[in-house]
Amino acid sequence: MNPETVLSVRDLRVWYGTERGPVRAVDGVSFDVQAGETLGLVGESGCGKSTLGRGILGLLPAGSAIDGSVRFRDREIVGVPPREIRAIRGAAMGLIFQEPMTRLDPLMRISEHFAETLRAHEPDLSSRQIEARSIDTLRRMGIPPTRFHHYPHEFSGGMRQRIMIALALVLQPAFVVADEPTTALDVLVEAQILRILHDLKSNFDTALLLITHNLGIIAESCDRVAVMYAGKIVEEGDARQVFSDPSHPYTRELLKSTISLSTTELHYIPGSPPDLVQPPSGCRFHPRCPDAMRVCPRLDPVEVRRPTGQRVACWLHGPEELIPPGGTAPLQREELASADEA
Amino acid sequence: MPTKPEETRHEMPREMPHEMPLDQRPTLLDVRDLHVHFALRGGFLDRLLGRSSGAVKAVDGVSFTLRRGEVLGLVGESGSGKTTTARALLGLAPITSGSVRFDPDGTGPIELTKLSEREFRALRKKMQLVFQDPHASLNPAMDLATAVAHPLRIHKMAADRATIETQVRTAFERVGLTPPDQYLHKLPADLSGGQKQRAVLARAIMLNPALLVADEPVSMLDMSVRAKILELMLELKRDLGLTYLYVTHDLATAKFFCDTIAIMYLGRIVEIGPAAEIYADPKHPYTRALLAAIPEPDPSRVTARRLPRGEVPDAARPPLGCSFHPRCPSAFEPCGWETRDLHALLEQRWTKVSEEQYERERALVEDPVEMDDAGLVAKLADSRSGSGAAAALVDEMRADDPAEPLWRGVASIDPKPDGVEVAFNDPVDPGLLDAGPVEVACHLHDARFAALSSKEGRRPTP
Repeated sequence: MNPETVLSVRDLRVWYGTERGPVRAVDGVSFDVQAGETLGLVGESGCGKSTLGRGILGLLPAGSAIDGSVRFRDREIVGVPPREIRAIRGAAMGLIFQEPMTRLDPLMRISEHFAETLRAHEPDLSSRQIEARSIDTLRRMGIPPTRFHHYPHEFSGGMRQRIMIALALVLQPAFVVADEPTTALDVLVEAQILRILHDLKSNFDTALLLITHNLGIIAESCDRVAVMYAGKIVEEGDARQVFSDPSHPYTRELLKSTISLSTTELHYIPGSPPDLVQPPSGCRFHPRCPDAMRVCPRLDPVEVRRPTGQRVACWLHGPEELIPPGGTAPLQREELASADEA
Repeated sequence: MPTKPEETRHEMPREMPHEMPLDQRPTLLDVRDLHVHFALRGGFLDRLLGRSSGAVKAVDGVSFTLRRGEVLGLVGESGSGKTTTARALLGLAPITSGSVRFDPDGTGPIELTKLSEREFRALRKKMQLVFQDPHASLNPAMDLATAVAHPLRIHKMAADRATIETQVRTAFERVGLTPPDQYLHKLPADLSGGQKQRAVLARAIMLNPALLVADEPVSMLDMSVRAKILELMLELKRDLGLTYLYVTHDLATAKFFCDTIAIMYLGRIVEIGPAAEIYADPKHPYTRALLAAIPEPDPSRVTARRLPRGEVPDAARPPLGCSFHPRCPSAFEPCGWETRDLHALLEQRWTKVSEEQYERERALVEDPVEMDDAGLVAKLADSRSGSGAAAALVDEMRADDPAEPLWRGVASIDPKPDGVEVAFNDPVDPGLLDAGPVEVACHLHDARFAALSSKEGRRPTP
């Protein structure tokens, strides 16, 4: 393992039990996160991206099962009892939630939130040290020190999200998961928070897994990007590389359907993400894929590394020796009913 | 033989000459000087003595005209009053004053604010609302056929069961829920977000409305289906002769959807005009900031953008002068600089200087809480009277960041025996001004202030 690797995920699977059978929310996912790096995880709702984020931290709800390997600084998290996970996670792994309003206790001052967090993980700190550390982190998030003893309701939404980020960073974690940290915020405040996340690396040396549905956000703040579809990572690589030359048809279509100011025509992906109780056979994107070939519904795609560096799981990129004869012919299929489109 | 629903639904031929220029089309909705104020609940004593504790001006003098077949985008951040404006038009928020004239049949405008609840209800058939969250706007226990037919029952327009079913099927086909049989008896939980929003649209067009108010109709949907729903809405507009009021925070989707854009900030329209014009040449610094903040899915384009600081202020205590001035990179003398801005600047400074310097400066002056009320004279007191520390601190703040726009609003800085008094220029409330094809409420475009706004030292606009 690369000494700079903070987190190493191998063949991770997460299921949820339902009446209809297991939902395979995460189905064989592998990736590494290097120290100080920001990895963006993007996908549509229901693709398993939030489950993956929680799974890595060992925070899955009851009724779920996890399998595979998550190694954080060479210590395995999967299959370890919750008590031990808590010790491994400790101060070194953090989580930033989507809704800052619901995660701060309205009856506790900001100073008390920080004291509680720091005391739990670093019991030897004096009150003076706690205050100094907290105020320093808050200042770096742009929260004036004069407001250290205020209550959460005295802050605006963007300020509360800054406080949430400061609460995660005050422990100086090596790795943080941020799950849609800007979705509940206004456009201008979102841009301010993205700037803060973008600057994390230079200010805190924290590795970040940024989960979002918006490719624009990834482009703003991530070094690398992993695109998730129906529980699997279909493409992963350097953000600039993936955006300028998307290898997987899903990445390409998702980029085309993102509406931004430079969009010149509206584009959408026909159909909707599959039901993860009974996912489509072979490549899970084949029913919606404009480039689908005969091999796609028959065989699971094999991950290949492209000359440009990205990893991609799509038969368009081979390996050719595994494609059965005639497999590259276009897939014949019935017209999609327009009802399925959306 | 029963008449085909297609024909009964369109009892009035909607001749919608789409080629006709917007300003020649007949007016559907005319809103003049709309105010929606919500009274603040004061303390017990205030209420006992009948003292007023002020009001939040959620909508503070909004005017616009919506012509037949037009799509008007009402764009702003949360707290801008865009949703309250839309709800007030539908009678869902109490109108404090102003006029709303609605002409659904082309028979002459009806003043909505003067109607009784009963009279209004009859007209409301002609205006329908689509909410942001399609999941929350469908009853989870009602199958789609019942939900979509519900407006007919509510407005007692339901004929026999067979007619209703034909109408429901037609609506399903219209919104792309085809074949209808596959969807009629599904529950909302069985559908994807996009399909739910289609069902909501089917329900909205059931009563053959003239105006559809869409409040963030695609912001809860996945990127991959947003375009599809926007296209469907444009199709419905064309086929059914609808007019849209599109309420959103997202200038990117509005670009594809709207003929006219109105940018709202803290209850007022700050810029309004043809969409093409707003995107090509945004005039208000707020519009420019909103456009610059939209994330582009292109990492090579990421540049160090200058973002407005802070957030939308508390509407109960709006800033003096132009509401946007505390965040505006181009604000200058008349924009309404005041005591609270100096307080904010001081706090901002203390997040940037070293900890020792913060501790030292904090000890030199009294807690600047008094500057937290709106006012034109800020008083910063020395913690040791006569030390002159407060005056020195203000001087140092100015020397450290001379380009800060606040200093342009300062009329005088007077050292006093116990501290320093900073006096600001009188605030000027910006009204909407003609600026070519658009109207903009910004002093930068006011001829009266041309000499000041072009003065050297003004920061370049983002």
